[in-house]
Amino acid sequence: MSAVTSAHDEHDDHGPKKGFMRWLTTTNHKDIGTMYLVFALVMFFVGGAMALVIRAELFEPGLQFVNPQFFNSMTTMHALIMIFGAVMPAFAGFANWMIPMMIGAPDMALPRMNNMSFWLLVAGGVLLFSTLFMEGGAPAAGWTMYPPLVLQTGNSLPFAIFSIHLLGVSSIMAAINIVATIFNMRAPGMGLMKMPMFVWTWLITGFLLIAVMPVFAGAVTMLLTDRFFETSFFDAAGGGDPVLYQHIFWFFGHPEVYILILPTFGLASTIIPVFARKPLFGYHSMVYATIVIAFLSFVVWAHHMFTVGMPIAGELFFMYATMLVAVPTGVKVFNWIATMWKGAMTFETPMLFTVAFVVLFTLGGFSGLMLAIAPADFQYHDSYFIVAHFHYVLVPGTVFMIIAGTYYWLPKWTGHRYNEKLAKVHFWMSTISVNVLFFPQHFLGLAGMPRRIPDYAVQFAEFNMISSVGGFLFGFSQLIFLYIIIKTIRGGEKATGEVWEGAKKHGLEWTLPSPVPYHTFETPPKIK
Amino acid sequence: MIKIMLGDFSVKKTKQIFAHLFLMLLGVGEANAEYALNMPRGVTRISNDVYDLHMLILWICVVIGVLVFGVMFYSIYYHRKSVGHEAEQFHDNVKVELLWTVIPTIILVAMAIPATKTMLEMDDVNEPDITIKITGWQWKWEYDYLDSGVHFFSSLDAESNQARQLNSGVEAADVDNYLLNVDNPLVIPVNKKIRFLLTAADVLHAWWVPEFGWKKDNVPGFINDAWVSVQKPGIYRGQCAELCGKDHGYMPIVVIAKEQAEYEQWLEEKKAQALAEASSADRQWSQAELMAKGAEVYQANCASCHMADGQGVPGTFPALAGSSIVTGAMDGEVAMVLNGRGMMPAFGAMLNASDLAAVISFTRNGLSNKVGDSVQPLIIKPMLAAMTQPEEDDDW
Amino acid sequence: MAVEGKRKHTSLVLKLFSVTVLMFGFGYLLVPIYDVFCDLTGLNGKLDGNAEQTQDYAVKTDRIVTLEMVTALNEQTPLIFKAKNSKLKVHPGQYYTVEFYAENKTNRPLHARAIPSVTPGLAAEYLEKTECFCFTEQVFKPYERRVMPVRFVINPNFPERYNTLTLAYTFFDLTETSVN
Repeated sequence: MSAVTSAHDEHDDHGPKKGFMRWLTTTNHKDIGTMYLVFALVMFFVGGAMALVIRAELFEPGLQFVNPQFFNSMTTMHALIMIFGAVMPAFAGFANWMIPMMIGAPDMALPRMNNMSFWLLVAGGVLLFSTLFMEGGAPAAGWTMYPPLVLQTGNSLPFAIFSIHLLGVSSIMAAINIVATIFNMRAPGMGLMKMPMFVWTWLITGFLLIAVMPVFAGAVTMLLTDRFFETSFFDAAGGGDPVLYQHIFWFFGHPEVYILILPTFGLASTIIPVFARKPLFGYHSMVYATIVIAFLSFVVWAHHMFTVGMPIAGELFFMYATMLVAVPTGVKVFNWIATMWKGAMTFETPMLFTVAFVVLFTLGGFSGLMLAIAPADFQYHDSYFIVAHFHYVLVPGTVFMIIAGTYYWLPKWTGHRYNEKLAKVHFWMSTISVNVLFFPQHFLGLAGMPRRIPDYAVQFAEFNMISSVGGFLFGFSQLIFLYIIIKTIRGGEKATGEVWEGAKKHGLEWTLPSPVPYHTFETPPKIK
Repeated sequence: MIKIMLGDFSVKKTKQIFAHLFLMLLGVGEANAEYALNMPRGVTRISNDVYDLHMLILWICVVIGVLVFGVMFYSIYYHRKSVGHEAEQFHDNVKVELLWTVIPTIILVAMAIPATKTMLEMDDVNEPDITIKITGWQWKWEYDYLDSGVHFFSSLDAESNQARQLNSGVEAADVDNYLLNVDNPLVIPVNKKIRFLLTAADVLHAWWVPEFGWKKDNVPGFINDAWVSVQKPGIYRGQCAELCGKDHGYMPIVVIAKEQAEYEQWLEEKKAQALAEASSADRQWSQAELMAKGAEVYQANCASCHMADGQGVPGTFPALAGSSIVTGAMDGEVAMVLNGRGMMPAFGAMLNASDLAAVISFTRNGLSNKVGDSVQPLIIKPMLAAMTQPEEDDDW
Repeated sequence: MAVEGKRKHTSLVLKLFSVTVLMFGFGYLLVPIYDVFCDLTGLNGKLDGNAEQTQDYAVKTDRIVTLEMVTALNEQTPLIFKAKNSKLKVHPGQYYTVEFYAENKTNRPLHARAIPSVTPGLAAEYLEKTECFCFTEQVFKPYERRVMPVRFVINPNFPERYNTLTLAYTFFDLTETSVN
């Protein structure tokens, strides 16, 4: 029988199994969501530790701790682990937990595939991590893995590529599952234009994943055959072109950037209305803006390669297209602010992180607009300015919203309220330190410090030191987050079903009791 | 343990930096600050255009940011539940939404116009006065003056190279232009249109001097071009900007812009130097001379992979100490050094006969090897002769 | 409901899965698309590796274009490789033959391939070669010296905004990978 119905039969009469087997064999969307989130949290700390190795080495000029090759491995692995191990799984975790509840479905459309995609993720993550211990070291050619350099990687290259395949298959399966759930499992009356924004953004993210992850898999497969089977896709000697890789990579890579940010937009659009006690402003334009951003993401890829030597027409086209992205993104920011306008706002931790997100993400957006200007990009490109830019978008952008989402739904998941006071300490520590960490990097880049270097000239010493201090503060602040989560899981003040005042109006999940029962919406809810 | 790991963590230096930071916060450091906050204006017309463009967009962003977040923080302050504000329930306003779609579009068009102008200007590489080919290598630059035949390699200077080693014990601040100095700088005349042809011999590199206002990738097998016309004599420093492997951070660029007359003088010196180096290979060298020169050449060219002590990096770069090639027959090592193999570059194309003879002799009798033989530049020279100058053939 | 749900899932999942497969193929399709794109736009100054037919162009004697010839060797390709003249003033529409010199420095046969690259990239399509050593893999006997002609014309439609053209060749050593 179908995965859906059999999964039902299995679980209808009894609760979860006991012990490890529960987690290994579970097909319950809440269990799988939890596993995704725990995996993401672990990887967040692993990738963070690597970032601290980088910041420790850059604390002062001169080499103090690691050799340059290992430093390059750290920058490469930090990026791969944060993107594929922390951020994407965290979104998958939210999707698994919340999307069925938000659309009034009993579970995901394909519960068994759901289990498989999680465990493939674990396999891919472990394999990727294991390259650190291989002869020749972990991949060190940057997460973009540009040939010909990446082909000089030691024994770890095929393992790294295979792990990317696994991670790719895992996220494609998750995306198919999520799209199928959204299309087929909505409660009667839940039209597409009635879906919560988080569901909308994930739907579009799902399509992006399905469209571009296979392209990435193809690109790394070409690397593999170039190295081991004498093809020459990227080898000029055989009629190939190393720049071709960059085009294929960024054809994946730019939509990937939006894969990392769109669910974040959905989270912000979910959280702001609740704490402003108002409906989301401009729901329709939010949906359209998301779709426009997704489309634009396919025609702006070469702005990552302005310095590669494109004909002028190409440079100008990609410059104009990239600048256009600012319009729908601006619409979103304006809509969020209009949602706050004339509301009755309160500032619990999820809202605090969201407000910080709106400001700091926009700051990253501004530097993105600057980077879009091709002639200026000739200066910014591959300098610390770009490092500052994408970290602003991804850390106080994406990561902050993942944290906000966690605080927002944690009482719903666990049935306990977290310690609001401590959470606010976490917020202020994070927000201050993240700026100390990344803001000076703008100056470093403008002053001429290239990215991906283990050591630097002495005129860059001051700002690197400030940045490193910020980095350690930010890193250790996240231990508070970990403490709060563990503490909240183990106990605390009981949360009501609604958790946040008036939240019932804003989403189906708040009509359920806290903690959420193992099975929910087995009979579809009525939607007005 | 931490104390040991940090080694001489240079408390003095750290204090110094913190003092500097403190001054900076007070705003008194500004006058004689060695750090920079902003993009340099640069020394070419284009770099000035780029700077203006950068500042224009920056200020536009600042103004938009102040307005938008001004509204937001106003709302955050006045529309709070705790001050008794009641939530209104509006959720749409087509006029406003249209407005904040159209206005940004207009601003973007206004930005695109000057950007396009600068772009077109950069693209005009016609009629250069001098053409210089820049080849990126792991991890050095090769400069070829196509008009005058002058040709040399440019790598990190010895002092920085020593200080940059893991726990070298040398304070970076004590080295002049730490990591931004080279042995052979590129020299160009001012107010001339210099066209650069960029390519690479192994992996991607990118040539970046911030004062010139651009960077451009060096792609193996392909050429890119770019140009400068420097308005002010001076020394301009930059770095490789595209990750190119382990020593990516250690291949700086130094360009000296000189007045035309001085430039010509430099060019003549460079040519004479090349001749002198070629003739140094015509005499017999003593063992001590070979070892001394060899150690120098080894540090500059070999130590980054095979390590200063010749122990290499297991799994990546083979050890030379005790290596079967180095301690084996002379011919084998000579062939390896001259022609390279795998990741080992062909040094025959980079070093002169004297340097090659010296470094080969050094590896056989230094780095804890004791083979006992050595090779004279006179032996290497004929092997190399053809490399620098094709022999005049009847066919030509 | 359940059976209908199953059918709905199956068809949607199959569709999504085929999109995945298609996109994987599309990644590979990007390779030839890129080549076409390069031909159209002169991206990277790539040239297609085929000889052009000799055409009857009217020679534009009133225009002079400076052609620079640049040689390069990838990694340790053991060749000496030079252009006879590094610069040439040419009229669009007229055929010229230039010579390149190569010498194998080793005592073993050498398989090598020269990869051409033209800058400015947009001008690449106007440089039409009827004869070039870059069209095929070159095999050098031990210590062989060879003079290699390149016969070309600059298309008379060469855009007015350019007056300098650079033709670069990079020799890659294929001895180890060559099947011949």
